[in-house]
Amino acid sequence: MGAVEDKVIDIIVDKLGVERSEVTPEAVFVDDLGADSLDLVELIMAMEEEFGFEIADDEAEKLRTVQDVTSFVQARQAQS
Amino acid sequence: MMDEMRVALVTGAARGIGRAIALALAQPGIMIYINDVANLDEAALTQKGVEDKGAKARVVTFNVADAGAVQQAVDEIIKESGRLDILVNNAGITRDNLIVRLKEAEWDQVLDVNLKGAYHCIRAVSKPMLKQRYGRIINISSVVGLMGNPGQANYVASKAGLIGLTKAVARELASRHITVNAVAPGFIQTEMTASLPEKTRAEMLAQIPLSRFGTPEEVAQAVVFLASDTAAYITGQVIHVNGGMLMV
Repeated sequence: MGAVEDKVIDIIVDKLGVERSEVTPEAVFVDDLGADSLDLVELIMAMEEEFGFEIADDEAEKLRTVQDVTSFVQARQAQS
Repeated sequence: MMDEMRVALVTGAARGIGRAIALALAQPGIMIYINDVANLDEAALTQKGVEDKGAKARVVTFNVADAGAVQQAVDEIIKESGRLDILVNNAGITRDNLIVRLKEAEWDQVLDVNLKGAYHCIRAVSKPMLKQRYGRIINISSVVGLMGNPGQANYVASKAGLIGLTKAVARELASRHITVNAVAPGFIQTEMTASLPEKTRAEMLAQIPLSRFGTPEEVAQAVVFLASDTAAYITGQVIHVNGGMLMV
């Protein structure tokens, strides 16, 4: 498991109060992990803080699954 | 929570009700950011009064109607104090005119400060409050927001709008222990009401069961209560401080 993925999962477990085993790459935040719209906002805020870049609202809307976030962060880090 | 320093931002706190709110919130263990866009000499007097009561205070000059300036100010507060517990949206102006003569500029000025200003401030503080899992937002509305008042379509619309804003945001943020309430003062003795014609003042007085105008301090006490930990179970409400002028 990559370092980025590890951190992403840590944040999700912390913010959504779910079990680590539930946080599979395919898990959809809203449907599988019980996140509401405010949870998603907080999740994005926590990612921004952890990884040190801003995530625009239109980008954030596309991040539906755990894998979406991991891939997004990895792509962003590769750019910089 | 009580061991930590509380941090408050009061907009429009150079004079009137805003100053009274800053002074009433002042006690050891709180840092109060006193905002105003002008009247800086008077803001400095508010600061002195707050400090005399054992609180820390700083004047922060910005226009609540300017979204960028609000965000910058809140960022600086968070940088300096690390948190923001209490926001009091008090900044307000009047540009009275009968609707047939009410100019678009007068409408926009009042709505931009009174309603949009509150939106800017709430938006800016919501992130730090979400992170803290704690917040107290208090919007200063007005009895005329519920009753209407001739010659004040713009002001009345802004004050009624603040009540809707209060209720919507209260529902959004409740799960994070952030309460959002409004205080609706009646006829309060301030510079804003001192400028009204004597006839209007007499007509207002006739409608008040307690037979007197209120003081800024009486409004401030309702704000202090809503800002306290004691008021944790109150959200989305409008507290009326109006001498019985309107009973709802």
